[in-house]
Amino acid sequence: MDKTVNQKAWFLVLPVFLIVAFSAILPLMTVVNYSMQDTFGNNQFFWNGVGWFKELLDPTTDLGERFFASLWRNLFFSAVILAIEVPLGIVVALSMPREGWRVAACLVIMALPLLIPWNVVGTIWQIFGRPDIGLMGYTLNSLGINYNYVSNEFDAWATIIVMDVWHWTSLVALLCYAGLKSIPDAYYQAAQIDGASRWAVFTAIQLPKMNRVLLIAVLLRFMDSFMIYTEPFVVTGGGPGNSTTFISIELVKIALGQFDLGKAAALSLVYNIIILIVCWVFYTVMTNAGADRGPEKGVA
Amino acid sequence: MARIDLVDLAHSYGGNFAAPESFALKPVTMTWRQGGAYALLGPSGCGKTTLLNLISGIVTPSRGKILFDGVDITPLSTQKRNIAQVFQFPVIYDTMTVGQNLAFPLKNRGVPKAEIDARVAEIARLLDLTPYLERKATRLTADAKQKISLGRGLVRSDVAAVLFDEPLTVIDPELKWQLRSKLKALHRDLDLTMIYVTHDQTEALTFADTVVVMHDGRVVQSGTPAELFDKPAHTFVGYFIGSPGMNIVPAEVRGREARIDGHTIGLDRNYDGLPPGAKIEIGVRPEFVDIAAPASGLLSATIERIDDLGRVRFARVRVGDAKFNARVPPGFSVDGNEAGLRFDPSHVHVYADSLLVEGK
Repeated sequence: MDKTVNQKAWFLVLPVFLIVAFSAILPLMTVVNYSMQDTFGNNQFFWNGVGWFKELLDPTTDLGERFFASLWRNLFFSAVILAIEVPLGIVVALSMPREGWRVAACLVIMALPLLIPWNVVGTIWQIFGRPDIGLMGYTLNSLGINYNYVSNEFDAWATIIVMDVWHWTSLVALLCYAGLKSIPDAYYQAAQIDGASRWAVFTAIQLPKMNRVLLIAVLLRFMDSFMIYTEPFVVTGGGPGNSTTFISIELVKIALGQFDLGKAAALSLVYNIIILIVCWVFYTVMTNAGADRGPEKGVA
Repeated sequence: MARIDLVDLAHSYGGNFAAPESFALKPVTMTWRQGGAYALLGPSGCGKTTLLNLISGIVTPSRGKILFDGVDITPLSTQKRNIAQVFQFPVIYDTMTVGQNLAFPLKNRGVPKAEIDARVAEIARLLDLTPYLERKATRLTADAKQKISLGRGLVRSDVAAVLFDEPLTVIDPELKWQLRSKLKALHRDLDLTMIYVTHDQTEALTFADTVVVMHDGRVVQSGTPAELFDKPAHTFVGYFIGSPGMNIVPAEVRGREARIDGHTIGLDRNYDGLPPGAKIEIGVRPEFVDIAAPASGLLSATIERIDDLGRVRFARVRVGDAKFNARVPPGFSVDGNEAGLRFDPSHVHVYADSLLVEGK
């Protein structure tokens, strides 16, 4: 077939191209540009090549040390909240009602934490945990537990993790609930007929049928927790010391606190690449899991 | 292995206080013999699946009792009822292999491993699933998956009955035929009571020894395929079974004569004493009405069209306002549309308010 040449099409594509260029490509290139230079203020820039990247990936330098320390913190944080939120979300989804007015009530209550702006969530927990006036902080201390998230590393971590669990378990639960609702009744009836125990129903039907939504839940929660900034910044400000300083907090400190634009640009690029790689891995895993379901030819 | 008795069993999804006419299953009392092959036949929404789910315990009846070998099991849960059921769409446990799928009902009941293996091997052999035993069940075609579902239904040797809820819906027509014969063979081999729900008369008539026809929540007739064909107890059975279905036309019946559109047809039996005020109809299968050249003594009819079904031809004719299907004898031809109808009097039945009247 002959291709029709239609130059007018450029006028239709061009606006999109311009929007993408100004909203994504140019800012990103600016960051790439900064990451190759150093500045001492006064809008004077000096070429530095890949120097910042070398420094960033070398843990013996100050920048590298800060980067790796915050990277491990981020990974540890993501691992912990995934290990809590995913099983907890499944349990919540399993215990949610299936029909009647309670479904709507449940869904509304579950959605509430998701609707609260992130810095408000941070403020809520910042106050909630204060030993002098916070309900939780005061109660814990009255019970004889020495709790203070400002001075104790463990308390700071515990507060941030509990806050994240409070904030985001609903998301996992809602996704799982949607997954559970999509299982046809026949599966449960067949399991009854087959004499399956409650546990067998869970492992043989519910969990396998939920694996798609669970992958989505894990992906969303990983990315979100890996990019976390607002809530820990509001609650602990990255402290005590640097114990809750995540990559994003470090990034803001370098970029806006020290005005080291070159270092910050290099760090944000590496940060971005890590997230892209993780997304790619998840995407591959998910599509492979999907391909696994299709019927093979010639088997009957 | 059990005889199943239904005693005054009825169900309404709206609860026991719903209007009697709204019951999905109207009160029914019947017995299913051990080792029988039954088909529950009826159109969609006639209550056949409800009846099946009542027997398996997925649905609890609004009233009545179900007895297995004389023991009332109505309050028992599905797990405790010892019944197997195969659903319309394949149900596969995704994470398991074909073999594990087949073994699942036995494993859940704590059957010893050696026995499970033997039984699974036997069922896999009967269903031609042996080569796939080690494979993941999710990767098979819908046909194979449904075979696994069938296998899970058949794997327990001690069940009171195996219930099939339109199990061949998803299967290709060619394979459908094979699987149905296979089921029939399995029924002979395994000596299980089987109850097969379907809306397809061919399926029902080929599978079952006894076909139970349901209509609008009622069991209208239960009998062998031949009985259903020769002597439908209800006009619905006549019309639903057979292709094309029975001709059912309003008539005036007096003694040994029926009058349609001013013509008189002789009857084999005497029908004096029909209930007064009832709607009287006569029913005759197209196979027993022959079309002929118009002649005196024959019911005159107008031919609308002739359908060639391959081995036989059926004519669609009009008599007054009534429509008939009639057999076209080999070599029959006629000029114009006018023809006569010749009835086989021994196969003309009389119905009062849709129910068969036995003549004397």
